[in-house]
Amino acid sequence: MKFSLIVQAAPHSTQASTSALSFAEALLRQGHELHRVFFYREGVHNASALTAPPQDEPNLPQAWQALAGKHQIELIVCIAAALRRGLLNEAEAQRYQKPSANLAPGFILGGLGQLLEAAVESDRLITFGN
Amino acid sequence: MSTLHTVNKSPFSHSTLSSCLSVCAHDDGILLLEDGVFGAMATSPSAQELKNILARGVKVYALRSDVRARGIEEKLLAEIQLTDYEEFVQLSIQHRCVQSWY
Amino acid sequence: MKKILFVSRHAPYGTSTAREALEALLAASAYGQDTQVLFMDDGVFQLLHHQEPAALGQKSLGASLPALPLYDVENIYVHCESLRERGITKTELVLDSVQIIDSQAVSRLLAQQDQLLSF
Repeated sequence: MKFSLIVQAAPHSTQASTSALSFAEALLRQGHELHRVFFYREGVHNASALTAPPQDEPNLPQAWQALAGKHQIELIVCIAAALRRGLLNEAEAQRYQKPSANLAPGFILGGLGQLLEAAVESDRLITFGN
Repeated sequence: MSTLHTVNKSPFSHSTLSSCLSVCAHDDGILLLEDGVFGAMATSPSAQELKNILARGVKVYALRSDVRARGIEEKLLAEIQLTDYEEFVQLSIQHRCVQSWY
Repeated sequence: MKKILFVSRHAPYGTSTAREALEALLAASAYGQDTQVLFMDDGVFQLLHHQEPAALGQKSLGASLPALPLYDVENIYVHCESLRERGITKTELVLDSVQIIDSQAVSRLLAQQDQLLSF
């Protein structure tokens, strides 16, 4: 089966993104396809290149990057939600004349159309929010 | 076609579980996760509502990892089925859609 | 064509959930699917008339909803128990063309969909 996930909550502050990651890992272990993870609302914070948790705590952005790298999963971050919350890639940082970019490698800014496309293309779509 | 409902809020502080139960059909399933597992407790404000829908044949699951984390394993309604992410994936396939209550 | 139901359960203004749900709903209209929306729980407050959020620096959500039919979102469902719990009557809504449905009808509605987007 082809799955897509919508992650609407930030890492660390609530459990939702960890639950999403656990679900993603489980579906991949069972041989299903993870078409896309779409980060919306507070979920965009999962794409930060700047998180620096203590060594004995999980680093969700890195965990998503590792999963995506291993399984070729699209990690799409809603551009409208990201800009509002200060997650920018190089192009947007330049466009808005911000001191730096902070979107972690492996994550791509995209539009809400890609959320809809995931809904159309996937057999199952699950939201993790708070 | 049936729906899998996921609930991640405690019924001691939110009406989320109660709202979910009000629209649950007899062939739906409910998965309690994160703080939603407090809804599996025998002392939860939703315990009677939960027993009523269990009696109608709805299956109610709670993620074991979340239950253990919170130290409430001995305090749950007997009919709650403890489960894991592997089964969560299976449940999402068995039901047509997943409605996330948060 | 898939049947896609947006479930919008949060009040406007206090959090961005309602606004961002609406933005996703409006974006959906470009995709030629059978897109529908259900307002339930505090989500019904989005439909209450006379919203004036200017002092909050926010745009009125209630003022945006009448545009839904123009975006081909013709099936707009509102949960009647949620309205009743909050003391809101049909005449106080910003849209006439809503279908007010009870809990059993909500169960059936969820069961008819191909995808649910939960907000």
